[in-house]
Amino acid sequence: MTSVRFDAVGVRYRPDGESREALRAFSADVRPGEWLCLIGPNGAGKSSLLRATAGLVAHSGSILVDGSPLASRSSRRRAQLVAYVPQAPVLPAGMTGLEYVLLGRNPFVAHFSRESSLDHTMVDDVIERLDLAELARRDVETLSGGERQRLVIARAVAQEAPILLLDEPTSALDIGHQQQALELVDRLRREHGLTVVSAMHDLTLAGIYSDRLMLLHEGATVAAGAAEEVLRPETLGEFYGVNVRVHRELDGTIVVVPHRASGA
Amino acid sequence: MIAQAHPGTGHRWWITAGVVALGCALLAGVMIGPAGPPAWRVPLEFMDRLPWVTLDSGLDAADWAIVWHIRAPRVVLAALVGATLSLAGASYQGVFRNPLVDPYLLGVAAGAGLGATVVITVNRAGSSSWWIDPLPLAAFICGLAAVILTYAVGSTVRGERTATTLVLAGVAVTSLATAIQTFLLQRNSEVLRQVYSWILGRLSTATWADVRLVLPYVILSSVALLLHRRLLDVLRVGDEEASALGVDVARVRVVVVVAATLGTAAVVAVSGLIGFVGIIVPHAARLIVGTSYRIVLPVSFLFGAAFLIVADIPGRILDRPAETPIGVVTAFLGAPFFLLVLRARRAHG
Repeated sequence: MTSVRFDAVGVRYRPDGESREALRAFSADVRPGEWLCLIGPNGAGKSSLLRATAGLVAHSGSILVDGSPLASRSSRRRAQLVAYVPQAPVLPAGMTGLEYVLLGRNPFVAHFSRESSLDHTMVDDVIERLDLAELARRDVETLSGGERQRLVIARAVAQEAPILLLDEPTSALDIGHQQQALELVDRLRREHGLTVVSAMHDLTLAGIYSDRLMLLHEGATVAAGAAEEVLRPETLGEFYGVNVRVHRELDGTIVVVPHRASGA
Repeated sequence: MIAQAHPGTGHRWWITAGVVALGCALLAGVMIGPAGPPAWRVPLEFMDRLPWVTLDSGLDAADWAIVWHIRAPRVVLAALVGATLSLAGASYQGVFRNPLVDPYLLGVAAGAGLGATVVITVNRAGSSSWWIDPLPLAAFICGLAAVILTYAVGSTVRGERTATTLVLAGVAVTSLATAIQTFLLQRNSEVLRQVYSWILGRLSTATWADVRLVLPYVILSSVALLLHRRLLDVLRVGDEEASALGVDVARVRVVVVVAATLGTAAVVAVSGLIGFVGIIVPHAARLIVGTSYRIVLPVSFLFGAAFLIVADIPGRILDRPAETPIGVVTAFLGAPFFLLVLRARRAHG
């Protein structure tokens, strides 16, 4: 199992010469096997942190995996440690589900070589365990949103990286498929001892599935802790500008419900 | 256990089919021509020349000279040109993730033409006796400059690099290169003939020396491109996800573009500007074998070679004793095909 340490991580974008700070001095220790969930309004810096960890944007500060900095790794080695599921994955037309999952083996295949029989066995095994045999034969373009998400997660599993980054994994799914996808991630986390860092919009689901929440606002961390500590009406009201009620179920689940001010 | 074909199985069959098609095309190419021996005698003569085989083909020395010194280099050169343009076309399509591009539409061919024109106008005495012929080299450098310019222009259009903006940028770069070329030619009208014979190509007067000129470039470019076929499949998920999967996207893109441009510039230097081959062949390959570059690249290479040999045959006999340039034949087939691809894409979304 693998730990991640974020030490004063900052991300700047320079779209038109004018630089914008998307993330400021983000620090956190993610324990091996922990699920850390980032929440916060659009533009808070959640995706920037995930993209920096995946090596897609430059960052300041350091990201340490089991104590050694990610930035010093080659892109192949980094991909062996960190699997990234983007918000809107590209599923190329004409590619079968099997070929798509096989892409996850790329970090282990030498540059000009091809996948070994071991890679193929591994991918067959992932497909079987995730019950994707039917999707594996189909053109990925014909799949529904839920099916796509399962396939993208399967690709990340085939990557065998101990750290899984999920950017809004459920934003395109209906409530049933949201639950299905998150249950799958949770199962994999337990089976493989994965360390998960995700960004999520649905606060209730974020609270249910993660071990710890961090609330970001305009690039800064404004609250962190267990669901009941972070998901407070006054905190959410301040940073999301929403009016919500927070219920605590008998089993301890925190439920965030939008509240319409009376008289409106 | 999942009983299904992994990518790779079944591909062998298509490679074999490609080799057979290329073999048949080569044979047809050396058998058919406006003058010379009866077609059926040619294979006999080739068999006779194999070690330990003795056959009476009935060919005399003059017949053999036609077959070996006129038809054979032309057929081999057509195969090299077809294979290279098809492979380069498929690779450009992969690396730009754009099904509409080919060496011709990206401006590579026009850039290479400009490079060759500059060499011919500056060095009128001819340079073929030099140790390294600067002509293909200049064609390569200008071809590369053209594709870089096309890509840069195509990607800065409001930050969105759609399939169509890249093609439009290619059209603009082609016009620019052609304009400079015309300007140079007007000021140096004495080399007009030389340049035009270069632009139209000399497939019809090909010699073994031409084959020797392009062969090293073709081998280098083809090996480099074929080695990248798996990585081109990874690039299909987009730059971001490919780099999250551990691919050095920028490096792959540079190497593939340079290799494809090198091959294109070299073959354009002997064949002249032949359009659409780089679109027709890879798209036909995708229709038959699927979209994976692992199979599209080798199949395009083999069938591209066979295609151009076959496309060169009508030119020899349609209008004899005059020749129809091969570029006319490929454009005649390619232009409608391109429109079909465009239509199919629009119907797709």
